[in-house]
Amino acid sequence: MQPTQLGVIDYITLALYVVFVIGIGFALKRYLKSSADFLTSGRSIPAWVTGLAFISANLGALELVGMAASGAKYGIATCHFYWVGAIPAMLFLAVFMMPFYYGSKARSVPEYLKMRFDERTRALNSISFAVMTLFASAISMNALAKLLHQLLGWDYNISLWICSFIVLIYVLKGGLTSAIYTEVLQFFMIVLGFAPVVYLGLKDVGGWDVLKGRLTDVAGNPAAIGLPAPAHPYAADAWSSAWKPILAGANDNPMGVNLFAMVFGLGFVLSFGYWCTNFLVVQRAMAARNMGAARRTPLIAAVPKMLFPALVILPGMIAAALAVSAKDGYRLPPKPLSNYELGKAIPIIRQAAKEQTPEATVAAQVKGAIGADVIPERIESVVKAAGAMTFSDGEIERGVQYAVKDIDFDGVILSLVKRYCPPGLLGLALTGLLASFMSGMAGNVTAFNTIWTYDLYQAYIAPDKSDEHYAWMGRCITVVGIGLSIAFAYLVSQWSNAMDIIQLVFGFVNAPLFATFLLGMFWKRATGTGAFVGLLLGTATSALFHATTIAQGNAPGIKGGYLTEMFHHPPLAVLPSDMAQNFYLAAFAFIVCFVLTLAISLATKQDRSDEELKGLVYSLTPKIKDEHEPWIIRPATLAVMLLIGCVVLNVIFF
Amino acid sequence: MGLDIRWPIGGLFSLIGLMMVAYGFVTSSDTELYKRSLGMNVNIGWGAVLVIFGFWMLIMAWRAAKNRPPAEADRAR
Repeated sequence: MQPTQLGVIDYITLALYVVFVIGIGFALKRYLKSSADFLTSGRSIPAWVTGLAFISANLGALELVGMAASGAKYGIATCHFYWVGAIPAMLFLAVFMMPFYYGSKARSVPEYLKMRFDERTRALNSISFAVMTLFASAISMNALAKLLHQLLGWDYNISLWICSFIVLIYVLKGGLTSAIYTEVLQFFMIVLGFAPVVYLGLKDVGGWDVLKGRLTDVAGNPAAIGLPAPAHPYAADAWSSAWKPILAGANDNPMGVNLFAMVFGLGFVLSFGYWCTNFLVVQRAMAARNMGAARRTPLIAAVPKMLFPALVILPGMIAAALAVSAKDGYRLPPKPLSNYELGKAIPIIRQAAKEQTPEATVAAQVKGAIGADVIPERIESVVKAAGAMTFSDGEIERGVQYAVKDIDFDGVILSLVKRYCPPGLLGLALTGLLASFMSGMAGNVTAFNTIWTYDLYQAYIAPDKSDEHYAWMGRCITVVGIGLSIAFAYLVSQWSNAMDIIQLVFGFVNAPLFATFLLGMFWKRATGTGAFVGLLLGTATSALFHATTIAQGNAPGIKGGYLTEMFHHPPLAVLPSDMAQNFYLAAFAFIVCFVLTLAISLATKQDRSDEELKGLVYSLTPKIKDEHEPWIIRPATLAVMLLIGCVVLNVIFF
Repeated sequence: MGLDIRWPIGGLFSLIGLMMVAYGFVTSSDTELYKRSLGMNVNIGWGAVLVIFGFWMLIMAWRAAKNRPPAEADRAR
């Protein structure tokens, strides 16, 4: 991808954003008096702010880029990640779980676990979560630095360090509140930056009905736009209908999942595992000014969550539709290669020009050298140009890049932004993207520093110190956290499998978690030993499932199945796709954790009295009285309305 | 917390919006520039939307500040 021409106005927009986020940090500084103010916002934030921050914290680098990528790869079924895969869990969190998180006065999710169970489960959760947030932060920053490099030609290192420094300043000055405020800013930037792109894209395609028609073309021949060709033809509505291709079975949709995997694996286990236990988002709700606000936070967040597919998934679908009709020569963006990689093709091209090597041979040689599939005709034109006139090395590199066939799905959203945005709007859209990456780092670092200070440092290393000491530690660890994120970002950028492994580990840890919380919050008999062993073995089951199963078409290794491979045994199960493997893994891990926690709890003594568990377990906590509030704004009412809204959306796009 | 977030949101989007509208006017005769956005001058149009949104935020913040008694405005919690 060639560096884009940004206008002066675009740079000014970017600069304004940076000035404002740093300014927010400084403006908040004088309101931070205690460690609680810095790390948990001192519970003072209005519901609409925490609600938008809640959804923004979730809408990080991967979401924005990944959802458009998935929109192109899977069509409207991608919406399941937002509808069945998020809304029910968010509603459940708001109505049933926030009272425990907020009412127990726990300052973090692990602290709730300590109150409910004991230190072992807390330690397990805080350590795994701390490590995950650092990696999540690293992924955001890596993606940001790469984007700036590809887009503006800025040096990767400089981008990484400067952006990390900006985040460091505003988090160090303003703490969690800074992160929350900038997340809300980011929310509006994304909406305002991307809405015009979606509008223009839809107009360009010719409207919704034409879009559906084109997506049917895609379903008929995915290879036409560079998607992998299926072994068995997909249903005609595989890209344009959300549920029918899933109901038709795993072989009829590009995701390769069936109804059970989708509803139980994604909709229940993974979704509830994330939304109900992930401190990154829960922290935002816990910063609300009172219980009502805390409960309404996920509900408020659910509204944009339901509507966001139009903003983040639709662009992917539009890109696929444009590519299949090759409108104005549009194609899905090719995988960008570094100059170093492209350079490897130069001697081959020059040689081919001299020796008049046949097209197919040159293409194969180039493919071998640069590690990416190429379009033979385009390679041929480069060869001709190299021979006929003095083509510089740089021009050869550009020609080869233009000939690359492998699709860079993550580049889809950017390709649309570049296609439709003139300078002015371009700055807005790009700043929105940058904003979401930066707040991906900020959000994770603020979650990390709270977990570290309260759940690791105060709990195990230095209890009984003064509050000033912990406030100081919170600030120190912010610097350390950012430093570690930068280090991990380098790791992720160098090692191409790092992303996959990190995502894998996230999945392993996430899958069994909800079982622990579910039993902890709703069954007073759940004991500390049961919870700890259940969680540990549940996580181990995730890893084991992955190690003994494989998705169709994958070789054993990082994708799984390596344990059975080591013993020269065929995999215990072959799933239709990576996603299916993921969803089934989650289902298994959850079931194991649930059953073990149940069984071991029954076998061990419950060492907490009912009085001690008051406020931590559903049956022992006085029900929150909502009667004084007008009927329409009670959490339960809002939740039901949102659920109905979600069902309506699913029916419309069935 | 002490800072009403509507001030920075309103401020930022009003500024960006005004900038976009101005730029849109200056480039309004440049059809080449707006070929990408299907011939529409999105800068003026969308810039105006941003300005309206930004001003609305600023007005909300100003009203909240006016209604809150001064002593409470500085409370830490």
